[in-house]
Amino acid sequence: MGMLSKKVTCNSHGQDSSYFLGWQEYEKNPYHVSLNPSGIIQMGLAENQLSFDLLESWIAENPDAAGFKRDGQSIFRELALFQDYHGLPAFKEALADFMSEIRGNRVSFDPKNLVLTAGATSANEALMFCLAEAGDAILIPTPYYPGFDRDLKWRTGAEIVPIPCTSSNGFKITASALEEAYTTAHRQNLRVKAVLVTNPSNPLGTTMSEDELNLLVTFVISKGIHLVSDEIYSGTVFSSPSFKSIVEVLSDRPDCRPSVSDVWDRVHIVYSLSKDLGVPGFRVGAIYSSNRTVVEAATKMSSFGLVSSQTQYFLSAMLSDKKFTGRYIAENRLRLRRRHESLVAGLREAGIGCLDSNAGLFCWVDMRHLLNKYTFEAEIELWKKIVYKVGLNISPGSSCHCTEPGWFRVCYANMTEETLGLSIRRIKEFVTASASAATAPTYCSGSGYERRSHRQHSKGSSGKNKFLNKWVFRLSPLHRHEADDR
Amino acid sequence: MRLIVPLQGVVQGRGGLLMGSLIPCTLFYFLQLYLKRHRSPKPPSAPLSPYPSPSPNLSELPRSASRSNLSSRGSISPARISNRASSIARPNSSLYYVGLDRSLEDPYDRLDNPEGIIQLGLSENTLCLDLIDEWMSENLNSSLSEGDGDEFGLARLATYQPFDGLMELKVAMAGFMSQIVGDRVSFDPSQMVITSGATPAVEMLCFCLADQGNAFLVPTPYYPGFDRDMIWRTGVELIPVHCRSTDNFTPSITALDQAFNQAKKRGIRVRGILICNPSNPVGNILLRETLYSLLDFAREKNIHIISDEIYAGSIHGNEEFVSMAEILGEEDTDKERVHIVYGLSKDLSVSGFRVGCIYSFNENILAASKRLARFCSVSSLTQRLLVSLLSDSRFITRYLETNRRRIREVYDMFVGGLRQLGVKWAEGSAGFYCWVDMSGLIRSYSEKGELELFDKLLNVAKINMTPGSACHCIEPGWFRCCFATLTPEDIPIVMERIRRIADR
Repeated sequence: MGMLSKKVTCNSHGQDSSYFLGWQEYEKNPYHVSLNPSGIIQMGLAENQLSFDLLESWIAENPDAAGFKRDGQSIFRELALFQDYHGLPAFKEALADFMSEIRGNRVSFDPKNLVLTAGATSANEALMFCLAEAGDAILIPTPYYPGFDRDLKWRTGAEIVPIPCTSSNGFKITASALEEAYTTAHRQNLRVKAVLVTNPSNPLGTTMSEDELNLLVTFVISKGIHLVSDEIYSGTVFSSPSFKSIVEVLSDRPDCRPSVSDVWDRVHIVYSLSKDLGVPGFRVGAIYSSNRTVVEAATKMSSFGLVSSQTQYFLSAMLSDKKFTGRYIAENRLRLRRRHESLVAGLREAGIGCLDSNAGLFCWVDMRHLLNKYTFEAEIELWKKIVYKVGLNISPGSSCHCTEPGWFRVCYANMTEETLGLSIRRIKEFVTASASAATAPTYCSGSGYERRSHRQHSKGSSGKNKFLNKWVFRLSPLHRHEADDR
Repeated sequence: MRLIVPLQGVVQGRGGLLMGSLIPCTLFYFLQLYLKRHRSPKPPSAPLSPYPSPSPNLSELPRSASRSNLSSRGSISPARISNRASSIARPNSSLYYVGLDRSLEDPYDRLDNPEGIIQLGLSENTLCLDLIDEWMSENLNSSLSEGDGDEFGLARLATYQPFDGLMELKVAMAGFMSQIVGDRVSFDPSQMVITSGATPAVEMLCFCLADQGNAFLVPTPYYPGFDRDMIWRTGVELIPVHCRSTDNFTPSITALDQAFNQAKKRGIRVRGILICNPSNPVGNILLRETLYSLLDFAREKNIHIISDEIYAGSIHGNEEFVSMAEILGEEDTDKERVHIVYGLSKDLSVSGFRVGCIYSFNENILAASKRLARFCSVSSLTQRLLVSLLSDSRFITRYLETNRRRIREVYDMFVGGLRQLGVKWAEGSAGFYCWVDMSGLIRSYSEKGELELFDKLLNVAKINMTPGSACHCIEPGWFRCCFATLTPEDIPIVMERIRRIADR
């Protein structure tokens, strides 16, 4: 028709086509322990499936919450018509408390400063609508979550300018990198509006050090810009150093006191229950800001992505149960740490190292020594081998805008221990085979890998259908996780 | 203008025609400039209310105003938030919202607050919530645990789901929509994108169909929320196309054509028409012929049609609702222009659950919407619940019939009361509201007169009804009165209060 808007016809939501390939291959040939044991294992999805049993037992003990009942009385009518964009007060209080609890109750959050949105994706976009427009730039340290390219830029018109970080210091943000990014933005005729950091980091899995946080605060004060701290992984910190939120740093600094600085008006937090509570399907996100105008504007914008009242009520009941939340946070952390240790140990045995990490649902894995050339093309070559030959869908660092080739994000919390064990075995086999293959020049042709994947594919498809039909209530077979699901 | 004539007269004596026209024009220009400078408000301050007589509830000034004036340590002035945010944050001055806010301060309650403001400004239906409540208590446990004791059901829902909705819900919604139109259309689930309510669906279509600065033609009177939903973040313009009471506020192709051409002259590109069918606030249903003419018009101008059909299941009159989907033939190439918005907030009264959808025949729109749906997905917990509810076709049939009947009963009582007052209303067969002609009660037949009546109704009679000006109605005196939250006892009270101010 040629009659669609520019936003839709241009490709600013663009997904790297080779990256998407991994997901497509997974969809065609998903691993299943009995029905498709040679299928591709999904290690590109940052989802926490380790603690469902805790949620389920709570639900079994608290049937009222999902049943629209409060103290045995039906509150269906109240919830059915509740579409106030200010959110269910009980839920906001419970969420604010939960956020405090995750930070060891060292800070407290005011529910009035919370804006509820349908997931962190919606929160990030709404916050961008509030802070930036076409001609503005947001500085983000690399590597970063690929989805930002779409979520922050697409409809808002803003631009992202990367703050380059390197492995020389564990990918930490430096003052010179910040200045470099700021200058780059100006050279591109962009007004810098904010710095956005993910803390704990995706894809690194590390918490930001106090030095880094202080550096950032100093930077935003001196430039007079905003700071967005995406803290959706704050509850996944499983070992030291402990998580320090940006609000803690601000509270500690004398130059940030409201009487001398308005920096509090320019610091905003994004949160979600998708990672910490493992409920991404419920679509619960939030913006936290003490800037009244931002809260007011974001609250109204949340009309475009409200959280279902049923879900708000359900979660308010769950999060108000302090015995449950305390138990959940502690147990979840323990399980994540164990999983993390398994993967790191397994990779070490295969001669592969990871960035030292203490949070998140993934490892930032160093496969530079497996590249045949130190280039991004070689990284993609290696990645294709891992997808097709090894049968693991992992995320290449180039999709996260990493400045150095050879790094990969590998998720470990969305599968059983046995599956993780299998993926480690496959990696070990691959590394061993590659080492011996290094001496055999004919082995490295692309066609060999494709033939093998076709065999896997034909074995896989009928098994997949049987597997899916078994579920009374199943995920749609047509559903595709878009490449950059977090 | 009054300024120019005497000046011309003064100058005419000496300078002749040239001076006689040049000087007054220059003076007029400077006058405008002066007035403009002294009239424009500075953000973020209280918005200028153009309606001095009603006392609008102006929210407090955003408190950050003082904060942002504090000089920061650095010599650079702090980065402002976006202009977009500043304007959105300001209190909405539309009387639609003013009335709603005011009623919240002093809500009527038969026992606790009998002198409070009776809410007739919110288009909601509480008449059949008891049916759904009953269904919930009988069916809820099984639906959430998948019916076969699988305890893992709920947690499995918690994982990432397709952003554009579970296929099961699309199937159930398509079935529900088909049932509503008596199966004259068979809606295809694969042409649907589920969104968190109809609000994001409309915004999404604006993003897909128009660029900043483009426009949509919207027949008036229209739902005041469009002024917010379609404009706030998209940068598009809404061009009202006025409809008259003489043809029961049906859109006329002549008026649409005029509006289209005027926009063209202004250099504005029109991308589509937005219709609401059944209409809000009038409550009428568009005839099949009108739909065909609209489609012809869209084809001729090469534009889209967005058809908001969220009241399709709330027909209380005898007319048959015809969906845009029904008039499109199999081979119709114009199918690509038509996009339907639907939702469960009205027909199923579950506005809190946030379930809406875009239904389109255009593959590109569907592809783009599927991607945009990540910003407005529906909670899987709620999706699962609604799959069960909508799949219970026996219950749904009973619900739809009972709903129509109960709306009809209250509607009849309401218009009966109006009839006794001698007040007229527009013929309507759908929705939860009545489009009432209160022009007999206003002193001057003008927008000012209408606003005075709105003020009297809100603050003296203590009734909130939405004035036509908030809906861009060109004829003064029309008000939208929502009746589907009233009980039979409330109606005489409403009429009595109207009578009270009518007699003054």
